[in-house]
Amino acid sequence: MGSMDEINTDVIQGTLDMLILKTLSLQPLHGFGIARRIEQVSRGVFKVNPGSLLTALQRLERAGWLDAEWRQTENSRRAKFYSLTRTGRKQLDIEAADWTRRVSAVARLLKAEG
Amino acid sequence: MVWRQLTRGLRGVFQRRAADQDAADEVAHYLEQAAAAHRARGLSPAEAVRAARLELGNATGVREQMREAGWESAFDDGVADLRYAVRRLRSAPGFTAVTVLTLALAIGTTTAIFSAVNPILFEPLPYPHAGRLLVIDDRSQDGTALDVTFGTFRELTQRSRSFDALAVLKSWEPTNTGTDAPERLNGQQVSAQYFRVLGVPLVLGRDFDPADDRPGGARTVIVSDALFRRRLGADSGLIGRSITLDGSPFTVIGVMPHGFENVSAPSAEVWTLLQYDPAPPSFDAREWGHHLRMVARLRSGVSVDAARRDLAGVARTSSAEFIRPPWASLKSGLLLTRLQDRLTETVRPALLSVLGAVLLLLLIACCNVINLLLARGAEREGEFAIRAALGAARPRLMRQLLTESVLLALVGGACGIAVAAFGIRILVALGPADLPRMVAIRLDTRAYVFALFITTVIGLGVGLVPALHASRGDLHAGLQQASRRSAGRHRTRRTLVILEVSLALVLLVGAGLLVHSLNRVLALPPGFDPAQVLTMQVQVAGPRFGPDSVTHRHYAQALEAVRRVPGVADAAFTSQLPLSGELPDAYGVALETNGGDPQHGDPALRYAVTGEYFDALRIPLVRGRYLDARDAAGSARSAVISLSYARRVLSGADPIGRRVRFGSDTSWLTIVGVVGDVKQSSLFSSDDAVYVAAPQWVWADHARWLVVRGLGAVTALAPALKQAIWSVDKDQPIVRVGTMTTWVAASTAVRRFTMIVFEAFALVALVLAATGIYGILAGGVTERRREIGVRTALGASRREILSLVVRQGMGLTGFGMVIGLGSAALASRALVTLLFGVSTLDPVTYAGVIVLLLAVALLACGVPAWRAARIDPAQTLRTE
Repeated sequence: MGSMDEINTDVIQGTLDMLILKTLSLQPLHGFGIARRIEQVSRGVFKVNPGSLLTALQRLERAGWLDAEWRQTENSRRAKFYSLTRTGRKQLDIEAADWTRRVSAVARLLKAEG
Repeated sequence: MVWRQLTRGLRGVFQRRAADQDAADEVAHYLEQAAAAHRARGLSPAEAVRAARLELGNATGVREQMREAGWESAFDDGVADLRYAVRRLRSAPGFTAVTVLTLALAIGTTTAIFSAVNPILFEPLPYPHAGRLLVIDDRSQDGTALDVTFGTFRELTQRSRSFDALAVLKSWEPTNTGTDAPERLNGQQVSAQYFRVLGVPLVLGRDFDPADDRPGGARTVIVSDALFRRRLGADSGLIGRSITLDGSPFTVIGVMPHGFENVSAPSAEVWTLLQYDPAPPSFDAREWGHHLRMVARLRSGVSVDAARRDLAGVARTSSAEFIRPPWASLKSGLLLTRLQDRLTETVRPALLSVLGAVLLLLLIACCNVINLLLARGAEREGEFAIRAALGAARPRLMRQLLTESVLLALVGGACGIAVAAFGIRILVALGPADLPRMVAIRLDTRAYVFALFITTVIGLGVGLVPALHASRGDLHAGLQQASRRSAGRHRTRRTLVILEVSLALVLLVGAGLLVHSLNRVLALPPGFDPAQVLTMQVQVAGPRFGPDSVTHRHYAQALEAVRRVPGVADAAFTSQLPLSGELPDAYGVALETNGGDPQHGDPALRYAVTGEYFDALRIPLVRGRYLDARDAAGSARSAVISLSYARRVLSGADPIGRRVRFGSDTSWLTIVGVVGDVKQSSLFSSDDAVYVAAPQWVWADHARWLVVRGLGAVTALAPALKQAIWSVDKDQPIVRVGTMTTWVAASTAVRRFTMIVFEAFALVALVLAATGIYGILAGGVTERRREIGVRTALGASRREILSLVVRQGMGLTGFGMVIGLGSAALASRALVTLLFGVSTLDPVTYAGVIVLLLAVALLACGVPAWRAARIDPAQTLRTE
C-alpha cells in the first residue's frame, strides 16, 4: 500500500473481526462510523480498508454475530446500522481472550530477547 | 445461525435485485460519509469525493466481494453456468437433438430393462421374510423335479423339523354362477396352511380351518380383493354367505388384502381347500398322484442346507406309519429350492443376458455422445482459448463443460423416462407369459432413482473426457493457427470408435446366435403337424354335469355339431393339448409283466381322447391301430402308448396285447397301438404318454380341448365352431381359442423375447457404431481440407483421395472388429444356456456378422470419402 517511509496503518492481519465486534459492543454504528471509530480510538494507528470492512460486516452478519438494520441518520439518509448480537458478544470475549494470550506471549518473547 | 444463513441466502437467490440494491446503498452511503469527512478536513467537494473513491477502490469489486460472503454466490455461479450451457446447446440444435436422442434412447432402454429385471430377479418376493420361502419337489430317477404327491406332503408335515409351515396346491378353475353372467375364475386348491406359508394375513374374515381340510369338510373359499370387488360388490356382509362355484355352494370366509401378489399363480382370485384324504384308502387314490406343488416356510434360524439334510433324512428312512408306493418312494430324495429361484429359473438366464446387452448398448451410446462432445469441443477451441485468456481458471472451464454435459444428460434422462414408459409397455406385451411378477414391472420410485443415478453418472462421465481435453495443454495455442494440437483428441475419438465397433460386434454376435438357436428349436419336430389346426378349450360346469354320462353325452353332441360345420376336416376332443402351456397331466403307469406283479414306472402323460385326435394332429401310427369307434364305453378297454414308452419299458418286445394300469384306474387297459412321440410341455420335452378313449376313462374330464383340422383358413372357423358348441348348451364356457401354430410359437416365448430384444439392441448398436465412424471421418475430412487440397493439387487422383478416407475408416473398423471378435467369443459364453444346437463360436454367425458390419462401415465411410474426393484444391488453398 504505502511506500517504505510511510507509516504502516494496515489493520493487523486477522484482527479486523475483533475490532469490529469491540467497536459495536459500545453502540450500534453504520459502516463508515465503525471505520472512523477504529481510526479515532487507535489514534490513527489503524486505518480500515473500506472494501475489507464492508465485506467483513456482511460476513459477520451472516455468521449471526451482528444484526443489521436500515435506519434514518440525523441528516435523514438511509444507512445500515450494525449492532452486536448475543453470540457476537460471546465471540468477542473469545477473540479478545485469545488476542490477550497471544499478545502477552509475544511480549514475553520480546522481553526475553531484550 | 443456520437459519439466518438459509433465509439470507435464499433472499440473495430469490430477491437478488433487492440484495444487490442493499449492498449498493451501503457502499454509496459509505462513500458519502467518507467524502463528508474529507470536506470537513478542508478538501473541496470534488476532491473529497475523489479521495473517498480512491480509499474505497473499485466500488463494483467491493459489492461483488460483499455478495460473495454468502453461500448463494456459488449457486449464482451454477445458475450462470447453466444459463450459459442452455444458450450453447440452443445455439447448436442439431448437435443437441442428436445427443439428447441418443441419451434418451440409452437411458430409457436401460431403465425399462432395469424395471423389468429388478423386481423379478433382485427384489425379494412381496412376502415377509421372503428368503425363507422354499419349494419342495420330488426327485425323479434322472434328477429332475417332479410334482409331489399328497402322501409325501402328509409325511413331511409330520416328520420334517425345519419348517414353520408347509402347503400343497394345484390349480382350480371353477365357474361362478348364480349372480349375473357365469364367469370362469382362476383359482387354486390349497392345503390349510397355504397363507401361513406365504405369511400374508387376510384383510377381512378368517383363514382356512385345518379341520375342514378333509373329504366332506365344509366348503369354504377365500377370495382376492379384486374378485371381492368385481363379483361380490365389496360387501363385507358377504363374509359367511355362500357363492356358487361349479354348481355347489361355497362359504366365503375371507378376503385377501389389496395388492396381495400370488406369485405361484398370478391370475388366481379364489382359493379353496384341497380336501384330500389324510388316510388314503389305497395307492390308486388321487392322494398318491404326482400333481401337487409344495411350498414351505423355513423355520427362523434354520439354514437351507440344514433343511435339505433334514429332508434327505426323512426321504432315506421310512416309517411304518407312512408307507410309500413305488412311484413316490422318495428313493432319489427330495429337491429343495428357494421359491424365488424356482419362479425365475426359466427366465433368469434370458433376463440376465438382456441386462448385459442393455449395458453394452448404454456403453456404446456413451461412446457416441463423448465422440459428439469431442467433435464439438474441437469447434469450440477458439472460444475456450479466449475465455482462458480473459482469466477463466481451468477448473472453472471444466465446470462449465461438465455443466453442459450433465444438462444434456438430464434432458436426455427426462426424455428417457418417456422412452422407458413406452419400453416397459413393449416389454410387458412382448414378455413371455411365464414371466413371473409381471404386475411388479412398472416405472416406480426405484426406477426413477435408477434413471436419475445413471443419468448423473453418464452426465459426469461423458463430460469428463472432453473437459479434460479442453483444459489440457496450452489453451493459448488455440488463439494461434495450429493444426497439431488436436492430435490427442483424435486419438481419443479413434479409440472410442474402435470400442463402439467392438461392442456392436459383441451384440450382433449375440443376436445372431439367438436367431440361429430359435430357428433350430423351431425346427425340432413337435410330433404333430400344427398347420391348419384350430384349438379351443371347452368346459362344462354345474350340477347338471354330476353324472359322467351327461358329460360324455354333452361332448359327443358338441363334437357332432362341430363336424357339421363346413370346412372342418377332422375334429376331436383331448383332455390335454400339446404345447398349450398348461401343467402336464401325468400319472404313474404300471405295466403287467408276464404273469407277475405289475411293474411300476415313472409318470406318463394321460390323454383322454376321441377317435379322430390322431388324424386331426397327424400323429403318426407306428404299430397296431389308433383308438376308434370300437373303443366305446362298454367295450374292452384299450390304450395307445407313445413310442418312447414302448422303447423304454418293453425294450423291443411287441407291446401290442400287453396290459397297463394307469393312475387311479384300477382295471387294466390293453395296448392296441403305438404312436409317435409328441412334445407336451416344450419342444425339448420327451415324456412317455398313454392315450385312452375318453368314454373308457374312469372319470369324465370337465375341461377338454377341441382340436379341429380345417380344409382352408382355419382361424375363420372359430365363430362357427363356438356357435356349434353353444347350440348344444349355450352356458358352457369356451376359452383359450388359438391355432396350434400359435401354441408352438408361445412355447418358445422366452427365446423369442430374448432374441427380439437382442436384435433390437444390436440394430441400434450398429447404427450408433456407423454414426461414430461417419462422425470421425466427416470431422477428419473437414479438418484436413487443406492437406487433401494439396494432395489433389500435387496430382492425387479422386480415387486415391477416396481410398485414403475409406482406408482410415475401414482401418478403425477392422481394428474394432478384431477386438470385438475376441470379446464376442468370451461374452457369448454367457448365452450358452440360451443357445440350442449352436456353438458359441458358430462360424456362420460370426461370418455373417463380419460381413454385415463391414458393409455398414463401408457405407458410413462412403459419404465423407465422396466429399473428400470432391474437394476443389484451388478453393481450399485460397481460403488458407
